Amino acid sequence: MDFYLGLAQIIGVHTLLGLSAYCVLLTGQVSLAQAGFFAIGAYVAAMLTVLAGWPLVPALAVAALAAGVTACAVSFPALRVKGLMLVVATVAFGEAVRLFFFNFDYQVARGDIRIGPHGGEGFRQIRYFPERGWSTLEVPLFIWAVVALVMAAMWWMDRSRTGAVLRAVGEDEVAAQSAGINITAVKVSAMTIGGVIAGLGGGLFAHYTTHIEHVQFGVVLATFAIAYPILGGLSNVFGTLLAVVFIQGFLVEGLRFLGDWRNLLFGALIVLAMNVRPNGLLDARSTTALRRLFGRQRGASGA
Amino acid sequence: MLELNDLSKHFGGVKAVDGVSLRVEKGEIMGLIGPNGSGKSTIVNLIAGFLAPTSGQVMFDGANVTGQPSHVLVARGIARTFQNIRLFGQLSVWENLWVAENGQGQRRAQRPLQRWFGGCKADRRRIGAMLEFSGLAAKRDDLAANLSFGEQRRLELARALAAEPKLLLLDEPAAGMNAEEIAELDVRIRLVRDQGVTVLLIEHHMELVMAVTDRIAVLNFGQKIAQGSPNQVQNDAKVREAYLGAVTV
Repeated sequence: MDFYLGLAQIIGVHTLLGLSAYCVLLTGQVSLAQAGFFAIGAYVAAMLTVLAGWPLVPALAVAALAAGVTACAVSFPALRVKGLMLVVATVAFGEAVRLFFFNFDYQVARGDIRIGPHGGEGFRQIRYFPERGWSTLEVPLFIWAVVALVMAAMWWMDRSRTGAVLRAVGEDEVAAQSAGINITAVKVSAMTIGGVIAGLGGGLFAHYTTHIEHVQFGVVLATFAIAYPILGGLSNVFGTLLAVVFIQGFLVEGLRFLGDWRNLLFGALIVLAMNVRPNGLLDARSTTALRRLFGRQRGASGA
Repeated sequence: MLELNDLSKHFGGVKAVDGVSLRVEKGEIMGLIGPNGSGKSTIVNLIAGFLAPTSGQVMFDGANVTGQPSHVLVARGIARTFQNIRLFGQLSVWENLWVAENGQGQRRAQRPLQRWFGGCKADRRRIGAMLEFSGLAAKRDDLAANLSFGEQRRLELARALAAEPKLLLLDEPAAGMNAEEIAELDVRIRLVRDQGVTVLLIEHHMELVMAVTDRIAVLNFGQKIAQGSPNQVQNDAKVREAYLGAVTV
């Protein structure tokens, strides 16, 4: 049972990470900086609860805000470039964040031991949940409450005019400009929202793993972040969730019995999934089919 | 309404637009014609804020708007269409119109939040009217990419009008259309003008230009070579030379 609860935590946090990239991808930008925002959220939240003794919820809020502000600041220079150049720029930012935390040493004495981020060794004593006696069921429930809130907000945003504007910018920037859309403002907003969500995910991640270090926030995590929405499809937020369940639940955990063969199969299955469903696991057609199944007319777009 | 003062745009050594001055009066349909490469589309891009001029001025409604970004110009009341259709293919017809900001900034100032998130009633009425006008009401939930060519042209015009412009720039709206569609376009352009929108029409299709415009300016090699009523322009020696080549005796 604990195994599945642990898996639920991973899926929840990775869903947030995927949604943060989803938001940016809607505007047609491929950002590999999401792991960096995730790392900022993780360190800020953990430092606030462990070193400053804050309760979890305000610590998460501040962590999300810090990641959002960073994302906003980074997006102004980053969004001057497009396509592959943006990928390179955001990878560079992500690595810069990782290396910052690799060198970040801020330890405080508590009794005989010193706690806090300790450079390359990471930040080891994030015992918020065990110290306050949260059960192994309560932690994933809390994480999923946050995930559900974020997904609901994103779903609503997606169906609103905001979502249509984000998609319009992703479709054709020149046409969007001609429709009077300030594309810089839209892209910066998307990056900022993405940063907030990634920061929130990072904050939760730090608390359930109890130990964070720089290597966890590298390019691999950034790649996962954009792989989820791309594999899941951009028609709605549930595609991202489905992709996280597929990758984390099935490919990473479900195939563990295959040993070394798993990594090989992992890549092959992703390639296969993308070939079978080129528009994502949950594309527009399957969404329409699902709606029909539940007896609802397609017309949400006309809100 | 619109005034270009000695407007130039150079791309390296190429003088795409070279010292063009032009006035478009309120409520008229002005034609802008010229052989391929004469700088017509560049002028549209300069007016609509997609390019910044090398020198010269763009005056709109008495204000100097030279070099302002396109979204600001849309808010001021300048909308455009493209020579090669640019729609949001994976958005529905309705959404294509929904995302267009309406110009003049009035409604936006009144209810920013409601407008941004919900799309208020006035928005819905406006878009409904656009759908009727462009004959796309039955296709409101179709993806723009799945429309026929003629429907896409109509949708693009509707999207430009959804911004409630004072000045509409049409960049070769008849390209690729058959005779019947061009006749419809002729009617639509007049309807737009009758609603008080000034139109600057860039077009190769001479029959349409001659029929629908009040005045025509002719460009060649980035310079204005003639201006006047359709009749005057048709009989202008320089215009004939530009289109047909110098006549040797």
